[in-house]
Amino acid sequence: MLLTIMLLIPLVGSIAVFLLPASKPALAKQVALGFALITLVVSSVVVVGLDNSTGLLQYVESYEWIAAFGISWTLGVNGISALLIVMTAILVPIAMIAGWWDAENATRGTAKGYFSLILILESCIIGAFAANDLFLFFVFFEAMLFPIYFLIGKFGGPQRAYAAMKFLLYSLVGGLFMLAAMIGLYVVSARELGTGTFDVVTLTSLNIDPGTQKMLFLGFFFAFAVKAPLVPFHTWLPDAAAEATPGTSTLLVGVLDKVGTFGMLHFLLPIFPEASKFYAPVIIVLAVISIFYGALVAIGQTDVMRLIAFTSISHFGFIVLGIFAFTSQGLSGASFYMVNHGFSTGALFLVLGYLVSRRGSKRIADFGGVQKVAPLMAGMFLLSGLSSLALPGMSSFVSEFLVLAGTFAVNQPAAIFATLGIVLAAVYILWMYQRMMTGVPSQEVTETVTEINRRELSAVAPLLVLLIALGFFPQIALDSLNPAVQQIQEYIGFSDPQAPVVIEGSGE
Amino acid sequence: MIAALIGLPLLGAVVLLLGGRRTNAWGHLLAVVMSASSFFIAAMLFMQMVGKPEEEREIGQFLFDWIAVGAFQIPFGFYLDQLAIVFVLLITGVGTLIHIYSIGYMAHDPNRRQFFGYLNLFIASMLLLVLADNYFLLYLGWESVGLASYLLISFYQQKPSAAAAGKKAFIVNRVGDVGLALAILLMFVTFGTLSFEGVAAGAGLAAPTTVTWIGLALLLAACGKSAQFPLQSWLLDAMEGPTPVSALIHAATMVTAGVYLIVRAHAIFDLSETARTAVVIVGAITLLLGAFIGTAKDDIKKGLAGSTMSQIGYMILAAGLGPVGYVFAIFHLLTHGMFKAGLFLGAGSVMHGMHDDVNMRHYGALRTMMKVTYATFALGFLAIIGVPPFAGFWSKDEIIHAAFGQNLFIGLATLLGAGVTAFYMTRMMAMTFFGEARWEQDVKPHESPAVMTIPMIVLALGSAFGGMAMLFIGDIEHWLEPVTGFAYPQNSVSKAVLIPITLAVILGGAGYAWLCYGRRPIPVDAPTNVSLLTKAARADAYGDAINESLFMRPGQYLTRSLTWFDAKAIDGFVGGIAAAVGGLSARSRRLQNGYVRSYALTMFGGATLIALILLLVRL
Repeated sequence: MLLTIMLLIPLVGSIAVFLLPASKPALAKQVALGFALITLVVSSVVVVGLDNSTGLLQYVESYEWIAAFGISWTLGVNGISALLIVMTAILVPIAMIAGWWDAENATRGTAKGYFSLILILESCIIGAFAANDLFLFFVFFEAMLFPIYFLIGKFGGPQRAYAAMKFLLYSLVGGLFMLAAMIGLYVVSARELGTGTFDVVTLTSLNIDPGTQKMLFLGFFFAFAVKAPLVPFHTWLPDAAAEATPGTSTLLVGVLDKVGTFGMLHFLLPIFPEASKFYAPVIIVLAVISIFYGALVAIGQTDVMRLIAFTSISHFGFIVLGIFAFTSQGLSGASFYMVNHGFSTGALFLVLGYLVSRRGSKRIADFGGVQKVAPLMAGMFLLSGLSSLALPGMSSFVSEFLVLAGTFAVNQPAAIFATLGIVLAAVYILWMYQRMMTGVPSQEVTETVTEINRRELSAVAPLLVLLIALGFFPQIALDSLNPAVQQIQEYIGFSDPQAPVVIEGSGE
Repeated sequence: MIAALIGLPLLGAVVLLLGGRRTNAWGHLLAVVMSASSFFIAAMLFMQMVGKPEEEREIGQFLFDWIAVGAFQIPFGFYLDQLAIVFVLLITGVGTLIHIYSIGYMAHDPNRRQFFGYLNLFIASMLLLVLADNYFLLYLGWESVGLASYLLISFYQQKPSAAAAGKKAFIVNRVGDVGLALAILLMFVTFGTLSFEGVAAGAGLAAPTTVTWIGLALLLAACGKSAQFPLQSWLLDAMEGPTPVSALIHAATMVTAGVYLIVRAHAIFDLSETARTAVVIVGAITLLLGAFIGTAKDDIKKGLAGSTMSQIGYMILAAGLGPVGYVFAIFHLLTHGMFKAGLFLGAGSVMHGMHDDVNMRHYGALRTMMKVTYATFALGFLAIIGVPPFAGFWSKDEIIHAAFGQNLFIGLATLLGAGVTAFYMTRMMAMTFFGEARWEQDVKPHESPAVMTIPMIVLALGSAFGGMAMLFIGDIEHWLEPVTGFAYPQNSVSKAVLIPITLAVILGGAGYAWLCYGRRPIPVDAPTNVSLLTKAARADAYGDAINESLFMRPGQYLTRSLTWFDAKAIDGFVGGIAAAVGGLSARSRRLQNGYVRSYALTMFGGATLIALILLLVRL
C-alpha cells in the first residue's frame, strides 16, 4: 500500500491546491509545498526500509485491473527506482521554493495552476518509476506529458508555444512506437503462456526468440531514446529547457528525462537480453557521439539555458554508455549518474534562473562580472558547474568514473573517447563561468543583479550539500544500487570480466 | 594522526569559506595556525619515523570504504612512508612560511579571508595527493589541487587576463588528467586493484605493452600538472595569481606533483624502457625550453616561471633515469622547493615595494633600498645556478652526473641547461638589484615588513644549507632507497671531471649575462630590433600560437559548424518531416498550436475517460 499512498499524496495535493480559491495564491503555494514535503518523507521511509541484500522488487503490491488484457496495478521498487523516486521527491519541493514567484508573472496561468501541475507531474513520475506492469508504466509515461506540456506552454518564455508543441509531438511519436512494441510483446506473451500479460517480472522470465526481441526492442528503445534524449532525437530538449521556467526545466531535464534511461535499465535489458547484447555496440557508438556532440554544441551556444540543456545531452550519453556496458561498474555508475545529474543540473538551472530573472536575458553576452556584485551567487554557480564537469570530490565524479571503468573493461575505444569528453566539460563550464561571472560588471549587471536571497539559497544549498556529501560517501547510494544491478546482470546473463593479473594478498 | 594532517587545513578552509564576513578579522590567523599545526604534526611523525628501524617506517590509516562496486574497491585510506613524509614536510613547511608572508602581502586586499581559505584548501588537497594509499584517491587530491590552483590564479577575477589564465590552467591540466584517468582505467582492468601496493606487486606479471601504456599515460598526467612539454603553456599565464601563490603552488609544491607521480609509480617505470625514455626526452626538452624562455622575459615572475619549468624538467629527466635518478629527482625537488619559493617571495617583496610593477626594466639598483630582499634573493640565486656549497649544487650536479651515465646527449642537455640557468638568473639579478635606477616616477622602493622578510630569511637559510643538511645529515639517498630503490650511476665520466666542467659552464653563462646586462645600461623600453630567437623566447617559444592553430581554431570551427548543423540540419530535417506529415509550417504556427493543444486536450480527456470506464467496469 505504501507505494500507492506515496503516488496518491501529490495527486490529492494537486486537487486540493486546484480547489483553493484563486484569490489566495500564497496559501495554494504553501499547501502544495506541504504535500511535496510529505511525499519526500514517505519516499525517505521507503528508501530507509529498503532491504539492500536483494535486488528483487520490494514493497510489491498488485491489484487486478483489466483482467481481460492481463493488466494489473502492480507497483514495486528496487534500489534503483527507490533512489530515483527520492531524487524526484527532493527536487520537487526545491523547484517549488526556487520558483516561488515564477508563476506570478505568467500571462496565461495562475500560481495555483502552476503548483498544482507540478504535483500532478510528481505523481506521474513516481508512478512511472514504481510501475511494474508495462501497461501501467505506459499510462504514467504518457500522462506525464500533459502537466509538462502545460507547464511549458502556459508559464514559459516567448517561444513557449512552439517549444511545448515540439516536446509533445516528439514524445507522442516515441510513445506510439512503444505502444506498438508493447502490443507485440503482449501477443508474444499470449503465445508463450496461453494468456497475455503485461506483468514485468513475468515478461522477464519469457524466452522470446532473438528475432522477435530485436524487433520489439527497437520500438521501446526509440521511445526511451527520445525521452533520454540521445543524438539525433534530442532537438526538442534545448527548446523546451530554454523556454520553460527554471523550476520546470529542473524537473524536465533532471527528473522526467530519467524515465527514458530508467526504462532502458528496468525494461529493455531484463526483457530483451539477447537484443540488448545485439544492439549494444551500436548504442555505445550513439552514446559516445552524444557525449561529444552535446559537449561541442554546448560550447557553441549563446543562450545559457540552451547551453545547460546540451550539457545534459552529453551527460545522458554517459548514462547510456554505462547501461550498455553491462558491467556492474557501468550499471551502478549509470544509475548513480542519473541521481547526481538530477541534482547538479537542477542546481545549475536554478542558479541561472535566479540570474536570468534579475537580468531579464538568457544571453551569455549580457552578463559579465557577476561575482563582483553577487559573490555568493557566483560561488553557488561555480560549485554547481564543478559538479557538472565531474570534479573529484563531487558525487558526479564517482558516477562518471564508474561508467568509464565499467566501459573500459569491455570496450576500450569507447571508454577512451568518453574520457576525452572530460576536457570538453571543463571547457563549456569554465568558459561559461568566465564570460558570465568574471571581469568588470557592466552598468546593466550592476543595476539589475542582486545577491542571492535566503529563499533562493535554501533551495540550492541542499543540492550542493548532497553533491559533496555523496562525493565522499557515495556508498550510501551504491549499497542500494549494487544488488539491483546484480539482478539486472543476472537477467541478461552477463558477469564482469576478470582482471588478467591476480595479485595475491594485495592488501585490499 | 595522518587524517589530522589533512583535516586541520581542510577545517580552516571550510570555516573561512563558509564563515563569511564574521571571520574577516581573524580568518587569516586561523589559516596560519591550521597550516602550522599541520607542520608540527608532520615534524612529530617525521621524528617518530626516524626513530624506527628502516623496515617499520611505513604507516597506514584506513578511514572507510569509499567506493565498492564489484571489483572496483577503493578505500579512503592514507599511507605515509619515507617518500610521502618529505613531501609533507615541504608542503606544510614552505606552506606555513608562505601563509605568514601572505599576512603582509595581502594585508590590504578586500578578499584576504577568501585568499587564506583557498590557501588552506590547497594545503589539504596537496597533502591528500601525497598521502593517498591508492591511485584513485590520489586522483581526488590531484584534481583538488587543480581546483585550488584555478581559484588562486583567477583570484583577481575582475581582471580578464587573470580569469582567462585560471581557466586555461584548468583546461590544460584536464588534458593531463585524461592521462591519469586512462592510467587508472588500465591499472584497474589489468590488476583489479588501484592500491600502490597491489599495482607494484602486479606490474611484473602484466603484459609489457600494457605496462608501457600505463607509464605513458602517467607521463601525460605528469606533463599537465608539472607544466612539461607539450602541456607547458599554462604555467607562464598562471603568474596572474598573487605572488605567494606563484611561490607555493606554481613553484614549490603543486607543479612538482608530476615528479611525485612518476617516482611513486616507479614499479611501472622500472619495467618499461620505452616509458622511461619518453620521460627523459620530455624532461630534456622542457628543461631547455623553460630556460630558453627565461632568458628573454622582462616580467620577473614570468622569468621565474620559465625557470620553474626548466628545473622541473631536470627532476622529470632524473625520474626517467630509473633507480639511479629517482632519489635525485626528489632531492632536487626539495632543494628547488626552498630556493624557488624564496626567489618568488623575493620577487613579491620587490613588487610590493615597486607598486606591483613586474617589469624588470623598471627596476635597477634595488640592492641598497631592499637589503634583506637582496641578500635572500642572492642566496636563492647562488643555490639555483648551482654554486657550491649552496643547495642547488648538490642536487643538480647529481642529476647531471647521472644523465651523462645514461646518454651523452642527455648529459649535454643538462649541462647546457645549467649554463642557460646561470645566464637568465644573472640577468635577473643584474636588472633588478644592480645598474642604475630606472624606477617609474611615483615609485619609492622600500623594504617589506618583517612578517614578509622573516619567511624569506628562513627560505634563504634553506637555500644555503638545505642541500648539505639533506645530503650529509639526512642521507637522502639511503632515506628514500627503501621506497624507490637506488643505484649508483655507472659512469665513464667521473664526478671529479664533471664538476669542474659544470662550474666552468655556469661561470660562462653568468659572466656572459653580466657583460650583457650588468656592464651595459638597460633600456627602459624593451628593444624591438632583436634576433628571431629572442622574439621566440619572448613569445614563450610560440607555445600559445601552436596550441591556437592546432587545437583552438579547429575546435572553434568544429563547434560553430556543429551548432549550425544542429539548428539547421537536424532540427530542419525533423521540422521538414513534421511539415510534410502534419501540414505544419512556420507560417501557420497559430493554427498549428490550436490544433495541437486541442489534440492534446482531447487525448488527455480521452485517456482519463477510458481509465475511468475501465476502473468502473472492474468494480
